Amino acid sequence: MSSSNHEHGAVGHIVPIKMLVGTCLALLFLTGVTVWVAKLDFVELRMDEMNILVAMGVAVVKCTIVAMIFMHLRWDRSFVGFVFVGSFIFVGIFIGFTLLDSSEYQPTIIPGDTPQVQLKLDALNASMAADSASSGEHDGAASQ
Amino acid sequence: MTGDPRPLEQPTLTDNYLTYTRGFLSWALTLDHKRIGLMYLCSVLLAFLLGGIFALLVRTQLLVPEGLIMDQDDYNQAFTLHGGIMVFLVIIPSTPAALGNFVLPIMLGAKDVAFPRLNLMSYYLWVIGAIFMVYSIFGGGLDTGWTFYTPYSIDQNSAMGGVIPAVTGAFILGFSSIFTGMNFIVTIHRLRPKGMTWFRMPLFLWSIYATAVIQVLATPVLGITLALLAVERAFGIGIFDPTLGGDPVLYQHFFWFYSHPAVYIMILPAMGIVSELIAVHSHRHIFGYSFIAWSSVAIAMFSFIVWGHHMFTSGQSPLVNVVFSFITFSVAIPSAVKVFNWLATMYKGAISWNTPMLYGMGFIFLFVIGGLTGLYLGTLSTDIHLHDTYFVVAHFHYVMMGSALIGFIGGLHHWWPKMIGKMYNENAGRVAFVLFFIGYNMTFFTQFMLGSHGMPRRYATYPADAGFQMYHIISTIGSYMMAIAFFMMAAYFISSIFGGRRAAANPWGGRSLEWQCTSPPPHDNFSEQPEVGDCYDFSVLRWDEATQGYVWREDVDRPGEKSHA
Ligand SMILES: [Cu+2]
Repeated sequence: MSSSNHEHGAVGHIVPIKMLVGTCLALLFLTGVTVWVAKLDFVELRMDEMNILVAMGVAVVKCTIVAMIFMHLRWDRSFVGFVFVGSFIFVGIFIGFTLLDSSEYQPTIIPGDTPQVQLKLDALNASMAADSASSGEHDGAASQ
Repeated sequence: MTGDPRPLEQPTLTDNYLTYTRGFLSWALTLDHKRIGLMYLCSVLLAFLLGGIFALLVRTQLLVPEGLIMDQDDYNQAFTLHGGIMVFLVIIPSTPAALGNFVLPIMLGAKDVAFPRLNLMSYYLWVIGAIFMVYSIFGGGLDTGWTFYTPYSIDQNSAMGGVIPAVTGAFILGFSSIFTGMNFIVTIHRLRPKGMTWFRMPLFLWSIYATAVIQVLATPVLGITLALLAVERAFGIGIFDPTLGGDPVLYQHFFWFYSHPAVYIMILPAMGIVSELIAVHSHRHIFGYSFIAWSSVAIAMFSFIVWGHHMFTSGQSPLVNVVFSFITFSVAIPSAVKVFNWLATMYKGAISWNTPMLYGMGFIFLFVIGGLTGLYLGTLSTDIHLHDTYFVVAHFHYVMMGSALIGFIGGLHHWWPKMIGKMYNENAGRVAFVLFFIGYNMTFFTQFMLGSHGMPRRYATYPADAGFQMYHIISTIGSYMMAIAFFMMAAYFISSIFGGRRAAANPWGGRSLEWQCTSPPPHDNFSEQPEVGDCYDFSVLRWDEATQGYVWREDVDRPGEKSHA
């Protein structure tokens, strides 16, 4: 570290500690938001998809903060940021096209043609039926 | 500067990278990009021999309708291993890792790549991946085809047991490829010499750069895909298995999102080599430099949005079929830009009919056939007829072997004097090229006929009365001719090491920096990073009879050099 004064360029940018702590607090706060949102029952409020939207939105914000401040992208050459954003665009293209396709061909799939799934579902239903038939003591142990 | 500074590095017989240090460990633990490149070259050629043997087995089997030498299961293994080895072990690493490693830092006038240790690690990952791949033969066999399509590959009762070792091998090879790509991107960004702006780089560097971008962006998806496949096969978690509610078409999306760009990992470096070959051996300034450079980048970008053209008959939805078909056609634009620029470069050039140039011209010829037949496969209506026939086999061999591999072989002939310091027998090289070229077209042009007449791919036998046998016989004879040509190459390359004439620093008349250091280069490539000018301006060079190479004209200054009076 003693040589850092002489070779300033080699060390790179140093983020002030206040900023790091602030970022950390912001991330913790956003984690709290995620947890809080998870506990809300949006189905009751007739906003079924709100849960996932808020959770993903918070995740995107957190991700951006980490990349910008912890990963130093804010102070780095803009090319690095370009690469970072660019790779997300490619992920978007990949997932986007694939989901578009599977939602398009979904109606052509013959329904119920998943024998193994059916077997497992049947077994699950049978065991649940057996469970509910047995004593409530048993039930309580399972739900813990 | 005092005296005549013309030869930048004095040729020496004793101090070069080959003899710099001695002993096994000095190679096994080397960080020298040139030695790593050479080790890659030997390994890739060894894998090429192995993949080639499987190819000859496949061709021999098809000489007679009922199959000559194998049963169906063995045949399935033969074509799977041929494909897997040739794609993952040979073509993908061939030009970037073997030739690129050797040439790229020297072209930049640098001492090495940006991360030499990562480079060595990449090589050993290749070796480990290769061991896994070969182990899959003994660990139960591999008969899925190189694409590992689900649901067959995840069905423990039908697909052979080598799937997981092979998939692990391909996963590790993927990392090897990513490391090479990373290294080259950083090297090109950080280590360019004075005077070499982006648009003064040799075109080989542009193509390697575009390739590296694809390697870094696409290969992780292959890793994820293969990891999911292994988990699915081992534990049956229901991602790809339809009986568990999974989606086998999803596997094809995953697989081709990597494997279509992988086609460009193979072809782009070869295009870069051809740009060098055509310009240097025509002794004429490359035509349309920036168009060729940008077309490499455009091809790299397009390569990510066309993968669905492999899935037109898979159950992919009509909407997505149409979109992918349309985008696929647009790849023709940058490809054609390159071809026209190469032809324009040759036009009125002073063409030297050297072996590398023959491969360069062979590339243009075969690539045009490979590219144009791709249009039939990109067209939705004709693809229904041609899908999974020998037409597809012929098409991708014209692109992967006739173009990607021929570019690699051309580059090998071009840089061999630089790598080894010896000239091979030029006439033997020309004869081998002619034999290869005729054999190649006999092998694969007939397969277009076979395919359009309905011969499906991956079949060990065929009906005797379908009229296929004549084509198969011609095709097999052609493959034997190619085998002879490759053994000829091995013979004259190896004999050149021991008996070849010493190569001049610049035997072909190239202007990029690798032709300014000695052949073979010294350990450090250059004592100080040289300045560069226009690397396609060949008017500053003249032929020197005494050294049998090209030298700087006495009346022209080197870049960065004050008039030396
Ligand atoms: Cu493709």
